[in-house]
Amino acid sequence: MALIRLEAVEREFAVHQRVGRVRRRRQVVRAVDGISFDVSAGEIVGYIGPNGAGKSTTIKMLTGILMPTAGTVRVDGLDPQRARTELAMRIGVVFGQRNQLWWDLPLRDSFELLRHVYRVPAARHAGRLAEFVDLLDLGPFLDTPVRQLSLGQKMRGEITAALLHDPSILYLDEPTIGLDVVSKSRVREFLARVNRELGVTVILTTHDLSDVERLCSRVMVIDLGRLVYDGTVDDLKARHGQYRTLVVDLEAPNGPLAVDGAEVVRVEGPRQWLRFHRDRKTAAELIADIARITPVVDLTVEEPRIEDVIALLYGRAEKD
Amino acid sequence: MADATPSIAEQATIWRKLVAARIRADWQYRTSFVLFTVSQFVAAFVDIAVVLVLFTNVDRLAGWSVAEVAFLYGTASLAFGLADVFVSEVEFVAHHIRHGSFDRFLLRPVGPLLLLSGHEFAFRRAGKVFQAALVLAVAVTQVDVGWDAARVAMVVQMVVVGFLIFSGIWVVTSSIAFWAVEIREVANSFTYGGNFLAHYPMEIFSGWLRRLATIVPLAFVSYYPALWVLGRNDPHGSPAWLRFAGPLVAAGVVLVARAVWSSGIRHYRSTGS
Amino acid sequence: MALLAAGRFPLHWAVAHRSFRRYSTYRGATFAGVFTNTVFGFIQAYVLLAVLGQRGEVGGFDAADVVTFTFVTQGLLAAVAAFGPFELADRITSGDVVSDLYRPFDLQSWWLAQDAGRAGFQLVFRGVPPFAVAALAFDVRLPADAGVWAAFVLSLGLAVTIAFAWRFAISLTAFWLIDARGFVQLTGLVFLFFSGFVVPLGFFPDGLRAVAQVLPFSAVVQLPVEVFLSKHRAPAELALVLARQAAWVLVILVAGRAVLARAWRKVVVQGG
Repeated sequence: MALIRLEAVEREFAVHQRVGRVRRRRQVVRAVDGISFDVSAGEIVGYIGPNGAGKSTTIKMLTGILMPTAGTVRVDGLDPQRARTELAMRIGVVFGQRNQLWWDLPLRDSFELLRHVYRVPAARHAGRLAEFVDLLDLGPFLDTPVRQLSLGQKMRGEITAALLHDPSILYLDEPTIGLDVVSKSRVREFLARVNRELGVTVILTTHDLSDVERLCSRVMVIDLGRLVYDGTVDDLKARHGQYRTLVVDLEAPNGPLAVDGAEVVRVEGPRQWLRFHRDRKTAAELIADIARITPVVDLTVEEPRIEDVIALLYGRAEKD
Repeated sequence: MADATPSIAEQATIWRKLVAARIRADWQYRTSFVLFTVSQFVAAFVDIAVVLVLFTNVDRLAGWSVAEVAFLYGTASLAFGLADVFVSEVEFVAHHIRHGSFDRFLLRPVGPLLLLSGHEFAFRRAGKVFQAALVLAVAVTQVDVGWDAARVAMVVQMVVVGFLIFSGIWVVTSSIAFWAVEIREVANSFTYGGNFLAHYPMEIFSGWLRRLATIVPLAFVSYYPALWVLGRNDPHGSPAWLRFAGPLVAAGVVLVARAVWSSGIRHYRSTGS
Repeated sequence: MALLAAGRFPLHWAVAHRSFRRYSTYRGATFAGVFTNTVFGFIQAYVLLAVLGQRGEVGGFDAADVVTFTFVTQGLLAAVAAFGPFELADRITSGDVVSDLYRPFDLQSWWLAQDAGRAGFQLVFRGVPPFAVAALAFDVRLPADAGVWAAFVLSLGLAVTIAFAWRFAISLTAFWLIDARGFVQLTGLVFLFFSGFVVPLGFFPDGLRAVAQVLPFSAVVQLPVEVFLSKHRAPAELALVLARQAAWVLVILVAGRAVLARAWRKVVVQGG
């Protein structure tokens, strides 16, 4: 039995547009247009899509903030519509851009307050907090007011706050936004660990595709309210990432190389980037072709980048 | 794992902790905190000062002495002050909806009303409670009443009933925000306006306003019970049983408030922000 | 005010106009405000009428005067804005004001223009409706002739300017207090009480009334409404009233500029 199950879920919004000075026209917008998926316990799922695709709306329906206009939602056997408070005990939510910690008080106080809100026994809470303090290195700033924390520290605090009551599911909305590379890596490491060691199922929406690549076993791409891809990251790249890039360092700068089956996408001095379709030409053939034109000093082959893959997917969905 | 619905004791603890946190947070801005508290305390006295000023021009207002009006004022303001301290925070629903921060309250395993009350608690509102209690204490000694156990009990009941009625009005009028967040201010006419109205004997108001004050049951906060306590007659001939109907009216108000609030939350969850 | 003349007028007019437009978009809030003012007006009117009771008049005010007074002052409340919004104070608290101080135009006249737009909107859209409702329910007193109307309009303009000047000066305390909200609230109360808004000054006992006459607040509410009620008919009297108001305008505006100069020095020296 899947931990999370969505069946044919729809969500319509009535949008009022002002026409002229007084009258308003009522338009119905389908933010979510028939989405179905299952998530099993223990998965880390990336939920991505362009802005306005319906990501936040889906998360809101999963957490009980919003009710679907059609379809069913089941999370841990519960219907978020009816069992909001019961479900709230079992989930944790982190918003990347909106914090839930108490702004003017030490981080420690926020944890203590949430302990009461979630009715976690003191001893268990203390033990768990100690674990997280260790894992995320919260010690140095546990007594600092939240408003004085850096973005990275705040995010670590937020994630801890969301996990202290031992939820089975963690939802994160843009958790690495605005963080520097080191902090991002830390957060990802932590999430992977939490998933591995505590068995927490993680649903993550993000615009940072390296989050998806490094962290998620599974990725769902949503666009215009519909699911356009649901599978592994590798499959995504394999299926939709047909173009590879050959980066060559020539002996001397040259005009863009004219080679059959490849397209020069970038030139920087003696270095050129050539895009080629993996099925129509092999890397070896291409290198040989280039070497016939001009001496090659060094080369690398770049696998499809997920950004390009996604962009292609979005573009494709729009055309549909 | 703890039970999904917190017990009364657990809710009280959660509320207490949230309030303590809020006070600690506000205390970080000491000068503002103190100034605000003082200004609210002073503001509370302006109210009764007005009544006193009016009485420098007359001996009786519609036949009521200054002590009797002060009694009305004291009971109504004390009830209002208590509601202001514990329940007025619900007004902030409009603010949170406008700023998109209301969702947070729906993510916790506790009712959003409790969370709002604790979160938006403001210590400075307590000033009104003390001021009202003071005025009531003075009024009680000045009115021409033979105080017995029954009458004392009635005064206590007035404050409790009044607290419930004002709380109910606050919740119902704040719930407007779920449907039309821009006109939230209308609530002030019923809460602050209601308090203002309940300071004075109903007799001074025109028929339509008296009837309105019986439906939005402000007349049950101070006026009707005061008629019995002070041994006065209603020149408009209202039935005697109305003076004891307070508890029933309060219960009705609480039920209505709960229904409207739940309905508001349901509406919010089905239409989004 | 020479600044207004020096070719800056188009700018100030644009600022005022924009401010007016902005407030006109707050339809819901305007409606809610009118509703509240009207309700409070009714309650207050009945209370004052009850005081009048058998006597028929107090402090030179009869029933029609008292009702008219109540609803005109309720209508003025939004324009006078004793409790805010104190946008300038917020900008000082947040530090945004520093960029304003470096701009090549006078801060006080800029905020005056902005406030004029707002006040203009609220005088009309928050001022007229409650009075219109009152006129249906009660016997109200309208100005006796065109001369009184004209004087009233002038008086209103001056009143709103005094209110602005006061709020401007109060907002500047944020430079020293950082968070001026508590102080602002306190002054708002004093303002309202002594302006005659809460109770007409004619109802005050003699001592208190003397204090109120000395303070500028009566010039903001009590005076314009007295003009409206045709309490000052003779041109000489009217001129005196308007002169009093004008004097307060000058005094508080100048005081505000003095405080601004000190604040500016503080900013420059301490870096805000």
